[in-house]
Amino acid sequence: MSALHTHTLSQLAEGLRRKSFSSVELVGELLARIEKSQPLLNAFISVTAEEALAAARAADRTLAAGDGGALTGVPIAHKDIFCTEGVRTTCGSRMLDNFVSPYDATVVAKLKRAGAVMLGKTNMDEFAMGSSNENSFYGPVRNPWNPQLVPGGSSGGSAAAVAARLVAGATATDTGGSIRQPAALCGITGMKPTYGRVSRYGMVAFASSLDQGGTLTATAADAALMLREMAGFDPRDSTSVETPVPDYVAALEEPIAGLRIGVLAEFFDKGLDAENERCVRAALKVLEGLGAKVTQASLPNLPLSVPVYYVVAPAECSSNLARYDGVRFGHRCENPRDLNDLYRRSRGEGFGAEVKRRVMTGTYVLSAGYYDAYYLKAQRVRALINEDFARAFNGVDVLIGPTTPTPAFPIGAKTSDPITMYLNDIYTIGANLAGLPAISVPCGFVQGLPVGLQIVGPHFSEARVLSAAHAFQRVTDWHTRIPVGYA
Amino acid sequence: MALTREQLATIATLARLELTPSEIPVYQESLSRILEFVGALERADTANVTPMAHPLPGLTQRLRADVVTEVDCHERYQLNAPLTAAGLYLVPKVIE
Repeated sequence: MSALHTHTLSQLAEGLRRKSFSSVELVGELLARIEKSQPLLNAFISVTAEEALAAARAADRTLAAGDGGALTGVPIAHKDIFCTEGVRTTCGSRMLDNFVSPYDATVVAKLKRAGAVMLGKTNMDEFAMGSSNENSFYGPVRNPWNPQLVPGGSSGGSAAAVAARLVAGATATDTGGSIRQPAALCGITGMKPTYGRVSRYGMVAFASSLDQGGTLTATAADAALMLREMAGFDPRDSTSVETPVPDYVAALEEPIAGLRIGVLAEFFDKGLDAENERCVRAALKVLEGLGAKVTQASLPNLPLSVPVYYVVAPAECSSNLARYDGVRFGHRCENPRDLNDLYRRSRGEGFGAEVKRRVMTGTYVLSAGYYDAYYLKAQRVRALINEDFARAFNGVDVLIGPTTPTPAFPIGAKTSDPITMYLNDIYTIGANLAGLPAISVPCGFVQGLPVGLQIVGPHFSEARVLSAAHAFQRVTDWHTRIPVGYA
Repeated sequence: MALTREQLATIATLARLELTPSEIPVYQESLSRILEFVGALERADTANVTPMAHPLPGLTQRLRADVVTEVDCHERYQLNAPLTAAGLYLVPKVIE
């Protein structure tokens, strides 16, 4: 066994360029690991082995000729929310069980251009709605650290795949914490960029004012490498921002001496597990030891972020998911009596329980008579939370706190009550409401389970957030831990 | 606030979702809980606060030149359609 699977994305790219190993060899090894892990972890919905080997052979030819991009021959996986031409894109839903993307998402096309080789499409909560990956039509994903536990969600398949070293990097999306929360629960690095930084073209829409694509990798340096290729203006996404993309990799070594860190009082609330708190406080000491200046910061309206989210996100979801009508693509019921019956039964059969719950919540808060009391009110409170962040960033460069209140929880533990499940995202939702970049990095273990540290920066400060995370990872080794059985 | 069975049925109709009789009380209960939970927003003082629809302040929707940029791909797109004929999507008869 060559143990190529323990290499980081950056090491793999370098090793391929030096021809220390071939892409075909690497892809073969990882495909075997995926196949072996699948019955237990269920991290993938589709594995594209033949296409991957063909792409690896082409990459090896490119490398042999001395050509290639930043990721030539490097295997990655895509969350099954990104459209991949000619490959099924299910979004974890029965609704799209038979949907074959007619085109590539911009993120997929950009990573392909950089030379990356796709191994398959990862499992996820249906339409990215969930915090435990228990809402997938294709069954739950299991946490590689303990298969009785959830990996987090909604990008649970991508997170489990990277944690189990089935692949060194995977794409993911974050609407309320769906990159950072599974990163924390699986002991890896999860980067959610600024809203508008990464194109949403071809990324199945859930809540359009919150959705943002990003990365799941072992290290912040790998996140920088992947994000540099993924980010950038896209005329096909009207919310894509025309700000140039800095070289995140080159910026990694920026020292953090003098970095002003705000510790968020609201993140150390009564819901935070004492052991999680201990890990996060120890991490702050590490950053202080590197010369960062730690001060207190407060976002007084942050406790309202979960209620705001559960109005805004369902409202946008009910509108986005109106397109699934059983007519142009997706699931269609048998023998519809009339057009209305076609719509109602196709949607009733095609959507799972949590999706229906959110579509109906959204329908209600947007309906005549309730729009002002719920939707407009939530948008106003969202503005207050955004102002809180802007004020906090007047005095500090980054805000730091825990990513989640607790480590991973057992499968089935929170499925009976939606509110309990929603509160998992209490520390992550704020960054989505304000459109801010944020990263989760491993910062310790509680009873053998990883804990995440969250670093949030002002708009378009990805380079700063990544370099702070990288500085932390240079002097700690939490991100190098691999679950038993996958090393 | 607690939703009645009738209110829940109306929401399902507006959302074009067929629910089974056993699903109705389940959603009645969970939606009521969610509405109670988000009711916490009422307590926030938002007088003179402009509603925020977009996370990047000051960003406006971009316009582009009024020229055709897309090519006709309907055949490819219709490969995903449940039922088509002569390039058209087929649905049950709407007008008798």
